[in-house]
Amino acid sequence: MSIAKDAKDLAKGMLQGLMGKAVAMAPDSWIPGGEPDPLIRVRHGHVGKPVSRIDGPLKVAGAAPFAAEFPMEGMVYAALVYSTIAKGRILAINVAQAEAAPGVRAVMTYRNAPRIARPPVFMSDQKAAGGDDLPVMQEDFVRWNGEPVAVVLADTQEQADHATTLVAVSYELETPMTDFASAKDAGTRTAVFMGQALHQEIGDAEKALAAAAFRVDSHYSTPRHSHNAIELHAVTAAWIGGVLRLHDASQLVAHTAWSLGQMFGIPEDKVVVTSPFVGGGFGGKCLWQHQVLASMAAKLVGRPVRMVLSREGVYRIVGGRALTEQRVALAADAEGKLKAVVHTGTTAKTASNMMAEPFIVATRSMYESETFKLDVQVVELDMLANTFMRAPGEAVGTFALECAMDELAEALDIDPVELRIRNEPEMDPTSGLPFSSRNVVEAWRTGAERFGWSRRSAVPGTVRDGEWLVGMGCATGTYPYYRMPGGAARITLNAEGRASIDIAAHEMGMGTATAQTQVAAERLGLPMGAVSFHYGDSTLPGVVLAGGSQQTASIGASVIAAHRALVKELLAMAGNDSPLAGLKPDEVASRDGGLCRIDDPARHETYVSILSRAGKGSISAEGEAPMPLETQHWSMHSHAAMFCEARVNSVTGEVRIARFLGSFDCGRILNPKTAASQLRGGIIMGLGLALMEETQFDERNGRIVNASLSEYHVPVHMDVPDIDLIWTDIADPHTPMGARGIGEIGITGTAAAVANAVYNATGKRIRDLPITLDKLL
Amino acid sequence: MRPFRYSRAVDVADAVRLAGSPGARYLGGGTNLVDLMRETIEQPDALVDVTAMPGEIEETPEGGLLIGAAVRNTALAEHPAVRTRYPVLSRAIVAGASAQIRNMATLGGNLLQRTRCAYFYDNHGSRCNKRQPGQGCDALEGFHRNHAILGASAACIAVHPSDMAVALAALDAVVHLQGRNGSVRSLPVTDLHRLPGERPDVDTLLEPGELITAIELPPLPATLRSTYRKVRDRSSYAFALVSVAAVLDIADGEIRDVRIALGGVAHKPWRATRAESVLRGGSGTAAAFAAAADAELAEARPLPGNAFKIELARRTIVAVLRELAGDSA
Repeated sequence: MSIAKDAKDLAKGMLQGLMGKAVAMAPDSWIPGGEPDPLIRVRHGHVGKPVSRIDGPLKVAGAAPFAAEFPMEGMVYAALVYSTIAKGRILAINVAQAEAAPGVRAVMTYRNAPRIARPPVFMSDQKAAGGDDLPVMQEDFVRWNGEPVAVVLADTQEQADHATTLVAVSYELETPMTDFASAKDAGTRTAVFMGQALHQEIGDAEKALAAAAFRVDSHYSTPRHSHNAIELHAVTAAWIGGVLRLHDASQLVAHTAWSLGQMFGIPEDKVVVTSPFVGGGFGGKCLWQHQVLASMAAKLVGRPVRMVLSREGVYRIVGGRALTEQRVALAADAEGKLKAVVHTGTTAKTASNMMAEPFIVATRSMYESETFKLDVQVVELDMLANTFMRAPGEAVGTFALECAMDELAEALDIDPVELRIRNEPEMDPTSGLPFSSRNVVEAWRTGAERFGWSRRSAVPGTVRDGEWLVGMGCATGTYPYYRMPGGAARITLNAEGRASIDIAAHEMGMGTATAQTQVAAERLGLPMGAVSFHYGDSTLPGVVLAGGSQQTASIGASVIAAHRALVKELLAMAGNDSPLAGLKPDEVASRDGGLCRIDDPARHETYVSILSRAGKGSISAEGEAPMPLETQHWSMHSHAAMFCEARVNSVTGEVRIARFLGSFDCGRILNPKTAASQLRGGIIMGLGLALMEETQFDERNGRIVNASLSEYHVPVHMDVPDIDLIWTDIADPHTPMGARGIGEIGITGTAAAVANAVYNATGKRIRDLPITLDKLL
Repeated sequence: MRPFRYSRAVDVADAVRLAGSPGARYLGGGTNLVDLMRETIEQPDALVDVTAMPGEIEETPEGGLLIGAAVRNTALAEHPAVRTRYPVLSRAIVAGASAQIRNMATLGGNLLQRTRCAYFYDNHGSRCNKRQPGQGCDALEGFHRNHAILGASAACIAVHPSDMAVALAALDAVVHLQGRNGSVRSLPVTDLHRLPGERPDVDTLLEPGELITAIELPPLPATLRSTYRKVRDRSSYAFALVSVAAVLDIADGEIRDVRIALGGVAHKPWRATRAESVLRGGSGTAAAFAAAADAELAEARPLPGNAFKIELARRTIVAVLRELAGDSA
């Protein structure tokens, strides 16, 4: 480095240091020609600090109220009776014994339930929240094995639970379609996801495949998965003066309020849904029958109703991930350049939802190839509606694609990391859009070095430690940046210089409130302690889904919009006697509890001073986030290079993960501490996906057989190795804060990295998840 | 859960008296019975809590141990005499459950826990002959990956879930019982549980109201080595797909004594007598261990979903015996 350049960098650094303390107004949209969020330049403020979660002490003390912990005057407890057939008519429900049981207030069935409309199914409307659109306890007809057929309401949970065993139901069974193979034989349809057909062809991939020098062509399968958040789904519902009041465990409070309003025929502002703390969501904490039934029951008995699903209940009425059967065929030339990518297959859904597991979505943007053939076919079964589960599409789609890449690397005798780098695209290979920010090659190189990838033996089955065969595997993980329309927020500043942010967003344990407090403090030039973040309440501004890893961006854009409105009003309020007189919003920056001129920080006035001169107790401004046009202009994706060291017992086939490294490129990291937990949690869930998770769906009658955490296996502590995490921390210039969501990417690529490590250890390719020991004997 | 009466026994006589009515059940740690009551699979009228009975671990005059039935699994697994002289038992208990469950579970209750067949647990939605004789078995053509390969019947393919019981079977433990009329008897632990046959609803040969009061471990020669190996789908908190408890006395390559019991393969802890007779007096070579395993598993009758258990059991038996034989093999 030359002395001249050193001096230049020093000067630049000093300037940035000075600038860093003042934060200019963020842009109100992210379209070509726009400026990046100035928060990105601030390197030593609140953002990027490993702040412990602000609700930690409350949670450790057991003082954070969850949905099942709101006592209400005169409340009764509910328990559910579930159907035991997949399809048919209810001939009789005998509730007399249950009604006569001690403490029972009422038994609700289709015969006496309040009449309501069907749920608006998710993706049918911007605010629709329903997992399906089936009538809720309105008819004498059963549509899946496990559908609620009666609700018992009693003075205690134990009395309600007991009385459910006294309800006798008889059915006239109709023949259900519960067998995947038979359904496929009867014909499949091209799947549709978010309004788009899951089908795309570029060139003639099959022809390119047939002509290529090197190719692999394999079938992969993944089973059904059930949601297993630690917190059971729970709701406390009451009708108070014509308002339906719900304490819910929710990742979409505003959607839920609107949807319940639609069902009960009341305006959405007559439904108030709060959800201050949620014990894990993962896509499962949306609107299912329990909130609707509790609301109906509260109406029926004229009392507040608490309904907490049993663990079995979660399996019966909360949908999970559908099964997939996938084909991935890859063709390459001798240098490893892809000539064809074929990713096709079939999944199952129900007639009552709009969610076909979109396992090809990651493949659209991952690698450069001359030709593509992508296709998802779907069949409809008589089962509980499937739904979103952490990285829907990518979690299971990357398993197939990234195993196939490993197979191709072996066929080509090219290192798997190198093969991926050689196929790095310059622009999105299927949309043609430029990437907003893509540094996956850097993630691969730093990850490989830190993991010690060069020590991997390329020949499978050659590394042994006693009984254990040891192998290394890698895979790419990826998840897109989303930002959904509807975001809005309100900022209120008071005369003491404290700010509160109000937005109908969600804290499901991932650290939203903490990270967003950091961001808001930075944006306002306030200490963190002067900012409070209010969320989890449908009466607050915004329609914000905590899903699709988009909440961070959605809140970020909403707060930026509110901030612009606030600064405009502050400047007006400051008037001509202020050092800020005459300045426009884009000429000021936040600094030291007030505003200053961007290029003249001495022209500064605090919020307290502005409010006090104006004689105001507070000032409040609301703003709506702009439409997410950035995703129209750029291909926006996070990536991860996943590395796994697996040990496979040569006697028993048991698989143990010895080490795991995730090397991420997922934009600016707002809080390294909570981010690490998110990424690590995703990887742990990915280990479960790889090694043990499977919903046993009995295809004879559509019954979920292993409806408990003792038989449905997720990783226990001893199954989780040391997980090393690194990230590029390269800000995406086209997103709020330069961040991209990180809630889901951890689960992607992980299963393939495990499967590829198992192959490297044993020489056995397991293409059917989960990788249980019987497949390795 | 159905309402029930609860009482707490101060000693054995008190317990047997309190449990004198039909529909009464003894309650140990409740780690399985209470779950089954929640699922309404068990619906006792009365529970007699026997955890307050004197629960001690005493040396017997013969050099073995006499263990009170109310002794908690944790206390048993950690007891110095058990850890040094009967490591197979200590290891089996530790492999058997989480620390919290071991802290609650009693010796007697562990033996009497019921199968974890998922169809047995699905009280309302599935058919099960163990729950309701004559109803049919949904596991036969359903999910039966965890199910029996030995000694099953057309009526039931469930397996016994206990790890501890497998170790006790290999140790030739004796179960002491007291009946309603004050009668006292004892049974080899291998005779406590039964195969399903036509009556899978009956797990054991206990008489109505009979109480397990203690387990006696015969002395083991100091030259004998023992261990327990459990193979399962995750590192902890899962039932055995296959487990092997073995004790081996080997000198100069010759097997003087061997006892092998298998878990996860049958309706009861499976004492591998065929394998033992192949080995006893013979040489402790890998080939001999494999031949013994094959002899035991020749009678296995797998289903499509659990055929892997034969190979898994064979490999695990051989590996355990080779480990015990060590340099002597």
